Order: sequence, then structure tokens, then C-alpha cells
Amino acid sequence: MAQIKFILNSENRIIDVQPNEILLDVLRDKLGLKSPKCGCDRGDCGACAVLLNGKSVRSCLVFAIEVDGQEVRTLEGISADKLTQLQESFIEFNSFQCGYCAPGVIISATELLSHNPHPELEEIKEALSGNLCRCTGYKPIFEAILDASHKEEK
Amino acid sequence: MAVVHEFQYYRPEKLDEVLVLLARQKEKARILAGGTDLAVYIKEGLDHPQVVIDVKHVSELKKIEYDNNSLFIGALATFSDILANEHIKMNYLMLWESAQSVASMGIRNRATLVGNICSAVPSLDSAPALLCYDAIVHTHSLEGTRSIPIREWFVSPRKTAKAEDEIVMGVTIPKIAAKHAGCYLKLGRYRGEDLAQAGLGVLLTEEKHYRIAYCAVGPIPKRVEEIENLLNGKTLNEAIVKEAKGLVPQLISPITDIRSSKEYRTHMCQVMLERGLQAATDRLQGKTVDSTKVLGG
Repeated sequence: MAQIKFILNSENRIIDVQPNEILLDVLRDKLGLKSPKCGCDRGDCGACAVLLNGKSVRSCLVFAIEVDGQEVRTLEGISADKLTQLQESFIEFNSFQCGYCAPGVIISATELLSHNPHPELEEIKEALSGNLCRCTGYKPIFEAILDASHKEEK
Repeated sequence: MAVVHEFQYYRPEKLDEVLVLLARQKEKARILAGGTDLAVYIKEGLDHPQVVIDVKHVSELKKIEYDNNSLFIGALATFSDILANEHIKMNYLMLWESAQSVASMGIRNRATLVGNICSAVPSLDSAPALLCYDAIVHTHSLEGTRSIPIREWFVSPRKTAKAEDEIVMGVTIPKIAAKHAGCYLKLGRYRGEDLAQAGLGVLLTEEKHYRIAYCAVGPIPKRVEEIENLLNGKTLNEAIVKEAKGLVPQLISPITDIRSSKEYRTHMCQVMLERGLQAATDRLQGKTVDSTKVLGG
């Protein structure tokens, strides 16, 4: 057992982990953050995406011990106070049906808009290519991201 | 999914500590950088290391450096780091394009180029570019350092020339002095995140010197020198391209798997050669080519 310290959604956290514990499991089962989901469990589907030092990563492929001293942000941290413009647009465009992929999609889209505030449709598709949605066919997701990119953050 | 396999975890900050650990643990140890392959292998029971050495805090491994003669990509440089580097995009476009074709943004943020060549799966996207640029792999152990040409690096699927006590420090890519152009074509089942059904790198210089490499259509990625020798010094025309395409089936050895049949791969490798040569020629003449659209889809 090793003790790790890291920043989770702007809070300092200290927790004991085994080297083989996966970040996704620690976030969900030990820290109670349920937005990252387990889909494929091998880095293909994007349901478990979180931001690590501002960049999206697959938390199912990160050992929790690796984030010692780092900064992790989940969807809970992105919309801690109120919904972001991106989330408002997702609601407006009825972008999700079952919602299982939504947290990962929001993480990827948030990262995209953070360094490319006005992306082309092709750039959105590329940035979201690692987020699988089995309900919507992606169209309302892409449209919502385009919409959010045209609106000022409230 | 909880991981059943247990291992010891080390996070050294000095290269010497890594080398001592490797010398002591040898085949029991694995280097952890991005972990996008290693974590999957451990979770799925394909690999059972007793020791995992996380090298993300070893500063010597972090750099991307370049001058007028070459480019050095350190072991911790991720595909996202490569994509963000304008010098690489300007001067080593084929490498940049292959980085763009790797998996998805969330994987590229973590996965490293060096990890890609150390995993050495037959479909690795970065190999055709590294083979065409004649990259050199630098390894380090307590015994000393080695510089291994990329053509001698890949031994068999998932096996490389790296010894058990060695760490890869990075790769050097010599700059091609002559005016040149290249492209990486990736055949996938769909655009976006997928492993390659076949991959092709084509590079040609103004002096009509050709370098051509395939991945995903044999046990290891490789240059096809027979085709290069046929084309070298010649201007492309319909007859010579047809002759070159005719050589392809005897130079590759694709398998049938979940992603496609060997017959389809063989056929498409010929199509890719023709279109890749055309795309590289167009680029050499200053035309803009979107390599992701060359194969349609």
C-alpha cells in the first residue's frame, strides 16, 4: 500500500492505493465520483475519460499510483457550480439518449474547446473519434459542440 | 475491472536508478511511460511483470530536440507532443501524419512514440515513417549505450532488438538533405480510431530516390527495397507503377484477421502504393494533399 497525494477537482486528496489499482476504480469506488464510466476497459470507448493535468486520458489505462502529485479533473469538477455552455448546448440539442458516453464526450469536447475555441466539424469529429456513442449516431453531439463554440461562455 | 496481478512499483527520478533496477530485475521488469499498452497487457493477463518502473519523472527522457541535421525524440514524448511540434510538421511530415493516425486524442495524450516501437505490434503506425527516415534507436544500460538502426530494431511481433536490461532513451531521425516529400497512408475500417489494416509510407526526393515501407501486412514492418530499386532514378509513369504494383504481393505477407482478409490487404497494398506514389509526387511539386482522404472514406 502506498500513499498518494493529488489534486482532484481543485481539492487536495490523500489516499492509500495498491500499485495495481486502476485510477477509474479508485475514482468510482474509493472516492465516490461516478461520472467516469467503465465501458470497454481497454482504452477504446472513452467512457472513462478524465482530465489529467488538463489533458484527456483514459482513466481505465492509468494506475492510480501514477497520479501522485498530479491534477485530476472529472466531469464533477468541470460543472461544480453550474452547467457549462457546452452542457447547455448538449441539453438544447438533445445530444444524448442513454447518457453513458456523456461524461467522456464532455471531457473530450472540453479539452478540444480549451485549445481550439472555434473548431471545424472535421476537427470535432477527430477530437471525438475516441468516444463511442451507441445511441445517437453522433450528429446531435457534433451539432451541440459547434453550437457551444459559437456562443459566449455564460 | 480490478487488476488481479500484483507488482512492485518504482518511480525513480534519475536514469542511473532506472538502469540499476533494470540490471537487477531484467525480464521481471517493465518500463512504464504512457501505459496505454502495458496497462492493457497487465489487465488482460498478457503480461505479468513483477516490477513496474515508471519513468515519467526521469528528465533526460522528456526532450524533443532538433537542429539542421537531425531530430531527437525522447522516450517520454507523446504523440500529442509530436503533433504540437511545428518543426516536426514542417520537416518530418510523414512522421507527423502517422502520429495523427494513432488511436484517439485521449490515447495520444498518453502514448509515446518510443512505447509504440517497444510494443512492436505489426500494425504500429509510426514504423513506416521511422523506416523511411532511417531512424536510429538509442538504448542505455549499465553496460553502456547502443545505437540501433530502425531496420534492425523489429525482430518479430512484439519482439525488438532491445535487451532486457536496456531502456530506450529515444530515437534520432536524420534530416534528408535533398528536397523531398512523403506521406503516410493508413487503411482502416473507418476513419478515426482504428488499428491499421495496412499502412504505407512513401518518401521521394527531387533526385528520384524512393523510400517505401509497409506496416500491418507482415510479422514486422519493413522497407520494400525491391520496389525502391526498381523505381530509383526513374520518373513515374503508368508502366513502371504497374510493374511496381506487381511486385507487392511477393514482398508482403499479410494475414486474415478480424479487420480484413489477406486477399483484401494484398489488393489494397497495391492500390495504396499507386496512390501513395502519386500523393508524394504531388506534394513534391508543391500541391496540397490531404493524406486522410487519399484512400477515400
